[in-house]
Amino acid sequence: MIFLRQATQTIVHRVAFAAPVSAARSSPFCNAVASLATVAGSSVASPFHAASPAPCHSSAMPSRGFADAATVTTEQGGHSSPWKNFPMAPPDPIIGLTEAYLNDDFPQKVSFLSLRKNESDVGIFFRWVNVGVGAYRCDQGNPFVLPVVREAERELIKEELDHEYSGIAGCPNFVNLALRFVYGEDCVPLKEKRIAGVQTLSGTGGLRVFGEVLAQFGHKHIYVPNPTWGNHIPIFTNAGLEVKKYRYYDNATCTLDFEGLIEDMKGMPEGSCILLHACAHNPTGMDPTPEQWKEISRVAMEHNLLPFFDCAYQGFASGDARKDAAAVRMFVEDGHKIALVQSFSKNFGLYGQRIGALSVVADTPEEALRVQSQLKVHIRPSYSNPPRHGARIVGKILASEEKTNEFVEQCMGMAQRINSMRSKLREALESLGSTRSWDHITKQIGMFAYSGMSKEEVTALREKHHIYCTLDGRISMAGVTSNNVEYIARAIHDVTERK
Amino acid sequence: VLLPMHFTSRFRSITSIQHHTINENCKTNLNIFNKILSIIRLILPTINIFSSTKSVIKQTKNLSNPMFKVFSLNIALALLATSTNFSPITAFAMESSTATAAKSYLANIPEGPPDAILGIAEAFKSCTDENKVNVCVGAYRDSSGKPWILPSVRKAEERLLADPSVNKEYAPIAGDAKYVDLALGFAYGANADLSKIAGVQSLSGTGACRIGGHFLAKFVPKPEGMDKVPIYIPNPTWGNHMAIFRECGMDIRRYRYYDSSTNRLDYNGLLEDLKEAPNGSVILLHACAHNPTGCDPTMDQWKAISDLVKEKSHYVFFDSAYQGFASGDAEADASALRFFVNEGHNLVLAQSFAKNFGLYGERTGTLSVVCNTPEEKSAVMSQLKLIIRPMYSSPPIHGSSIVKTVLTDEALTKEYYENCKEMAERIRSMRVKLVDMLKSVGSTHDWSHVTEQIGMFAFTGMNSDMCDELTSKYSIFLTRDGRISLAGLNDGNIEYVAKAIHDVTDGKKIVT
Repeated sequence: MIFLRQATQTIVHRVAFAAPVSAARSSPFCNAVASLATVAGSSVASPFHAASPAPCHSSAMPSRGFADAATVTTEQGGHSSPWKNFPMAPPDPIIGLTEAYLNDDFPQKVSFLSLRKNESDVGIFFRWVNVGVGAYRCDQGNPFVLPVVREAERELIKEELDHEYSGIAGCPNFVNLALRFVYGEDCVPLKEKRIAGVQTLSGTGGLRVFGEVLAQFGHKHIYVPNPTWGNHIPIFTNAGLEVKKYRYYDNATCTLDFEGLIEDMKGMPEGSCILLHACAHNPTGMDPTPEQWKEISRVAMEHNLLPFFDCAYQGFASGDARKDAAAVRMFVEDGHKIALVQSFSKNFGLYGQRIGALSVVADTPEEALRVQSQLKVHIRPSYSNPPRHGARIVGKILASEEKTNEFVEQCMGMAQRINSMRSKLREALESLGSTRSWDHITKQIGMFAYSGMSKEEVTALREKHHIYCTLDGRISMAGVTSNNVEYIARAIHDVTERK
Repeated sequence: VLLPMHFTSRFRSITSIQHHTINENCKTNLNIFNKILSIIRLILPTINIFSSTKSVIKQTKNLSNPMFKVFSLNIALALLATSTNFSPITAFAMESSTATAAKSYLANIPEGPPDAILGIAEAFKSCTDENKVNVCVGAYRDSSGKPWILPSVRKAEERLLADPSVNKEYAPIAGDAKYVDLALGFAYGANADLSKIAGVQSLSGTGACRIGGHFLAKFVPKPEGMDKVPIYIPNPTWGNHMAIFRECGMDIRRYRYYDSSTNRLDYNGLLEDLKEAPNGSVILLHACAHNPTGCDPTMDQWKAISDLVKEKSHYVFFDSAYQGFASGDAEADASALRFFVNEGHNLVLAQSFAKNFGLYGERTGTLSVVCNTPEEKSAVMSQLKLIIRPMYSSPPIHGSSIVKTVLTDEALTKEYYENCKEMAERIRSMRVKLVDMLKSVGSTHDWSHVTEQIGMFAFTGMNSDMCDELTSKYSIFLTRDGRISLAGLNDGNIEYVAKAIHDVTDGKKIVT
């Protein structure tokens, strides 16, 4: 009995504080442990009690304080519910942030979400800032729908188009335009019609589909940079792959750990799939230089690695869509048979429309068709076919030169505002006399500033100053405005200058 | 002395260079190179390699053009290579690649099977016969064979566009909460206690089945001796069900549903199979207008099924794709679902707005789980979100915004119910007309099962050979299980279709 109790306690301890694994894998085990605890008659707290955090993504820490895990009761209701032993899952480390932020009932708050142009002078009064989710905000802190998107929608509604099913692979017109947008008109494989392409549910959907295809065709693992977007890990784990990491960022120097990256690439088994961020690495904002990309390409070729690009910020990173696609185009030119996921959430501001594309460069048109057929095999039992509306909008814009130019301009406008916020934040921090170096904030590219703040500092930022960013210290610069940049700088200075 | 087959095959393998390894400059040269070699390959068995190599080298000396000199030399080396199997020579002869030929994993990917239903729709599109008829995909068509946008839906869309506060922001993982509540109210009834029903927005019915499947596969206790959760799916069913639940890692089992000897519900078979299933299995039920058979249990039969499910502690999973669209009455179409909820089942429901709102391609639906307490609902919601986030992060908002706009407005909701009824009635009229037409063109079969069936489809009883004949001879595209989508029929084609069906079924059995 004692042995059983000790064993139970060890298991419970391991489960509760285990190294992060997919919750999907741990839950059935957790259920078994719960029943074991009952059998042993011990008073070990259920692993799903509010106190103990359930495992979650590896790039974010357990969400202690965020989760509101309630113990489940079965007093009410007739027969015992099948769901009574459910643990409360941890909230998503990124999206859960917005939920927590919305629940923050700090009394003096003024919702900055409701700030309109003429209320910008109340900026000094607001007290909470959401710099967690990577969604663009204009300088008034409001969501922004690109004017060219609105224009396209107005035209679409006049056309009185139906809502019929698109094919499993989605809208072919959209897919062709999307591929042309990233690969460029002069891309040889594209001209030779040997790139398999499908419409996907933005970036997440594309990553998941390709992950499942890799798993089906014998891949056991995938390599992602350390750190990476938090959702990469559960996506690929649920697809059936083991996620391994390669060195990417040197926290001490706040730069790319290029030697470590190359070394780790050389150590990867031949044929491994390596996930690369096409531009504006999330969360660090540190991208390889063109020379470094060249070397990465060479090593990948030498070791027969499969490059898998995640491209979520084309046009949005530097403001120049062609420049942002340079790494992808280089790899294709070098002869790699890349796979690529594109998201139109940020650059077109179409977040909630879930619009993206997955493409695979093949040897021949015939091979491309075969590959596409396999992508479709995984799409059909997942959601049958993709949503039309976003595809129509993007299609309308990219099909017209005039609209494409307008888009480029508006996208550049977003990128420029973000860059100006970077400079302002850094200036503000330096002028407050911060002893830390903040030049990485302006060195980094894209929507996020990887501040280098520790977990404790981030928590203090949240609890004391009501500024919500992810626990890895990633600040969404899009949430920074001319109204709140001073406030944010003061707050960051306050929590970091303690040391 | 030559060894014909051996040499030619090896020769072929070293001369067939994959173009992708060679840069543009060399490509044209290589084409010529390959062409010359292929000619040589033809005559190779009859010549002596060494002497031919010698003569080629001799010829090379006579050539004035340096490019041809290089070619000839390469040929000589290639010839030599076939005999010596000396790879540096081969490599040298093949030099012109700038990159190592990494073995493409893609080369081993076979062609995936075309989707049973959507594949046929694609075949219809590419068919050039002017008489072609599409009765395969379950999408509504008006009387001129065109897709129909419900007026209430169109109005809602215009309102959304005109509203400046509408943006394109991410929905939460679980979707638009207001939309979900309205959708659940539509299914469970205006008086349903939503505080105990965990609901998430989904990518129409498919997405809902996938989420629900993962959820049940994870949390339903496995029956003794099993390492997967079993799910019992009616036979026949919508083709995609199997693939979805298989991807969820469930053990697919079938229960008898349709008696093809009577073309009616195999009620006793159904009860027997559910009884034999291990206690605590998941049972998939079509809420109304069973796809493809159109045979629904009567209320009494539903009651008996509910009692048996309770006895066996089974879990119920309802798939509701046709509410409002089956009979024209949205409340009536939900009666089986609501009965089961009242009986206390903690059921799972997949809801689709593809057909009844005509929002097919916008992928609008919900997945819900009936819990006992708000705390349970909370826990279940969190787990559903864990399934959704690594699949597509959050659902698309356009379709849900339309449904929300309609169902929050009393006038629009009223108009919607009328639009839905209009669709259902046109379909029902086609059902009646088809049977009448079949009789009038001389068919002597008993088509009463078609008259009695409910929903969008007529499950004719034709076998796959008859269906193939309908397609190949008459360009009538239907699924090979004999299911006809009545929405694809109209006054313009119904006689043609009736005659064709009569032709392929005359003198043959439509019962087995």
